[in-house]
Amino acid sequence: MTQTRSLWEHGVKTGIIGGVAVLVIALVGMVESFHRRDIIAEVITMGQVLLLIGGVFIGYIAAKRTGSDESLAPGLNAVIGSSVTGGFLAFLVIVGRLINLRAVLVNASPMLYKLLTLGHKGVAGIFIILLIGMGCGVFAAALFYLPRLTRRVIILSLSSMIIAGVLQDLIRPVIAAWGPVAVVSEWLFTGNGLTVSGSISIVILIAVVMTAWALKGQDIKSGYGNLSGGSQRGIKISAFFMLAVVLLALPHILGLFLSEVLTIVGLYVLLGLGLNIVVGYAGMLDLGYVAFFAIGSYVTAVLTSPELGFFSLTFWQALPFAVVLGIFFGVLLGIPVLKMRGDYLAIATLGFGEIIRILVLSDFLRPWLGGAQGAGKIPKAAIMGYQFITPQQIYYLILAGCILVVFISLRLKGSRLGRAWMAMREDEDVAQAMGINLVATKLLAFATGAGFSALSGAIFASKLGSVYPHSFNVIISINILCLIIVGGMGSIPGVIVGAAALVGLPELLREFAEYRLLVYGAALVAMMILRPEGLWPEVRHKMELHAEEENNIGEPEPSTAT
Amino acid sequence: MFQRWKESITPTDIVMWLIGGTLLLMVIWGSVATLVAGKYTGRHWIDFVIFGLAQGSIYALIATGYTMVYGVLRMINFAHGEVFMSGPYTAYFVAAAMYRSDFLDKHPFTALFVIFVVAMAISTMIAYFLEKIAYRPLRGAPRLIPLITAIGASFFLQYMFRGLYGSGFQAYPVIKIFEGAWVIFGIRILKFQLVVIVAAILLMAALYSFIMLTRAGKAIRAVSEDKEASSLMGINVDGMISTTFIIGGMAAGAAGVLYALMFKQVHFFMGFIPGIKAFTAAVLGGIGNIPGAMLGGIFLGLIESVGPSLFLDGLGIPAPYQLKDAIAFTMLVLVLIFRPMGIMGERLAAKKA
Repeated sequence: MTQTRSLWEHGVKTGIIGGVAVLVIALVGMVESFHRRDIIAEVITMGQVLLLIGGVFIGYIAAKRTGSDESLAPGLNAVIGSSVTGGFLAFLVIVGRLINLRAVLVNASPMLYKLLTLGHKGVAGIFIILLIGMGCGVFAAALFYLPRLTRRVIILSLSSMIIAGVLQDLIRPVIAAWGPVAVVSEWLFTGNGLTVSGSISIVILIAVVMTAWALKGQDIKSGYGNLSGGSQRGIKISAFFMLAVVLLALPHILGLFLSEVLTIVGLYVLLGLGLNIVVGYAGMLDLGYVAFFAIGSYVTAVLTSPELGFFSLTFWQALPFAVVLGIFFGVLLGIPVLKMRGDYLAIATLGFGEIIRILVLSDFLRPWLGGAQGAGKIPKAAIMGYQFITPQQIYYLILAGCILVVFISLRLKGSRLGRAWMAMREDEDVAQAMGINLVATKLLAFATGAGFSALSGAIFASKLGSVYPHSFNVIISINILCLIIVGGMGSIPGVIVGAAALVGLPELLREFAEYRLLVYGAALVAMMILRPEGLWPEVRHKMELHAEEENNIGEPEPSTAT
Repeated sequence: MFQRWKESITPTDIVMWLIGGTLLLMVIWGSVATLVAGKYTGRHWIDFVIFGLAQGSIYALIATGYTMVYGVLRMINFAHGEVFMSGPYTAYFVAAAMYRSDFLDKHPFTALFVIFVVAMAISTMIAYFLEKIAYRPLRGAPRLIPLITAIGASFFLQYMFRGLYGSGFQAYPVIKIFEGAWVIFGIRILKFQLVVIVAAILLMAALYSFIMLTRAGKAIRAVSEDKEASSLMGINVDGMISTTFIIGGMAAGAAGVLYALMFKQVHFFMGFIPGIKAFTAAVLGGIGNIPGAMLGGIFLGLIESVGPSLFLDGLGIPAPYQLKDAIAFTMLVLVLIFRPMGIMGERLAAKKA
């Protein structure tokens, strides 16, 4: 009796957790709004894919957590886990049809039930849900038993197909703009998603490439390693050159809308790199970072906007003032928090951020800053007659800013100051004992971060042409924090990846935009528990976290009761 | 003596004293100017004070949750504001249903009791699972990691409830018997404000006696004193941490209902600002110190309610009430700078730093 119980115990437990998670996903409305986007046109939508991925994932976890020696046990648990999850959804449909859940849960709509049961009414619909749940479990079990390589190939090729479907708005115009290649786009995409033949060919293509890489990749890597230093450098330089060409040509390849998305991502890269210095390098959690963004924007507005009517400088004349004042405020707000650490620092900076926003919003400063209505008519930047007006033009301005800031960040990282920051991040007391001047080092971190942020703010003001206090919400600080944590604290490519993923994706996926903070929150928690070093970790930071794990290996795993 | 004192002063200390002194001067100047101008009468001030007491006692209840969690885990439970929000937001649907069926007006006390029970149950549940899912795997992680997790959990919960219940403001039904005002010793007090104050005081007394008198309370105090030693003494540390979250959740849920009674609406974002303010209150009273958190909450509520009219009006600032949150946050920053151990937190100050 006990034997059988422990056999399916993990399956049921994982299934219950997964079921609750899937219920939440369905009831917050994610499934329904993702349903509006097809992955494969007329066949499967993003909402359905989301649920299927959830089902398979739960089955796979259930299989993985089974510690049993019995070879059939993981598969059994996978099926049980996914079926239990399906059972939760079936339960939702039954309850939802009997009583009107919508009075409380706004997203428990008939549309959702129809979607879950694939349009079947009555008992048949319930059976379909259970059957699909079981199917997910069988698929998960199959994945579990397959050899590692095959499993990776299957997962990667399927997910590339899904990504191709999700990012159709990005991929289609890009391919379509290339003349002869446009045929590919017509073949791959139709209506509101991939074609069936297109999706199959993507899966096959990726599978072949993956298998080939897995078999031959090592040779290519060692072949590159065997090349002489000169030709390695040659490859690097040409890769760099190609990257530069692509970056310069990007707005023309992508078109107006995607360039707009790019400019937003670029602004967040600027902000992220600034916060990366404060949080990632120096280890000081600053939640009021948006304040400097606001200061940069408002200084630009006050100095240039004829609407406020104090000065009418050009953008380039105002920019140095914005950056310098940003740095000044960085130091000014940094002095009081010098002695604080960790959580106290986070809350104090959050307080500063809110104070600045409230002051800007108040009637008290209205004559100077425009109050809730903000300030408009901020002139666009121009160099020798070339005006930065459309997103495609502003892109270059932001690109220049990003390159400058990336360059500064890179140079700072290896410098004496950068190493001092990282020493301080690891242990303040030891750093001080090693002769690091904590006051100067901390203030320099605040100043640099604030300067980058103010630069971003100035460009933002010029891009939008107007500033409003509502643009400088605490949510922005949280967004920036999320993107550097997801990307990897202290890592420059991590910031860029994080900005592209966390800021670019929601702009491309309108359905997703509403749930971005929900997903960010969950991502932060999951990242901290599973992968605190981020997606693209900084080498040293990763080493430190790994060293910690190695120390913990001796201790028994803490039992997770759930 | 003087020599040594002189040597320990750094330029940053001087800057801080300058900032502090300037603010103090502004406060004094503003208060004097306001009082001299005589724009507000005694009646106004009494109203401000009562409103401040009511608001402050709500902050105090939330703050106890922060302070207890800080005591046992040494972390700021940033998501506590969402624990506070979840209860009354869920109970709103119960309240609205009872209002529609006239139950609320016929049996107001039973109805209110049901609302409290629902709100406290939901808040407790959220707090319990929050600890179990998000915080428990992170025991012993570097300090920033639980804080970032808590921020993530906070936004996840906010937007989960937004997704579940919708993004609009929901007007809490009005309980008729609490409308109007009583006159006590010649002072006119709005009924619901008095109810909020009395209920909060009763709840705080119950909570304090739980912590001080029961065995579980003693165990919680032991855990916040020293985790390892208390586990050696046979205390189930994980269990006590869960208990702490449960009690904090109950207090937050009850505070949430009082908040909804006072401001008569609920919203998915309603926990964020009160949460930060309650944290301010907890720091004010000395974090980790329960009576301190209660006093700090009431003090903050008073400052916030009296402050704008008293300090800012005299300085000639238009619409000073808009700046009440700025006053609260300035208080927070000032306390963190000048007295991070809080009013009553001497004991913990040595351990922190």
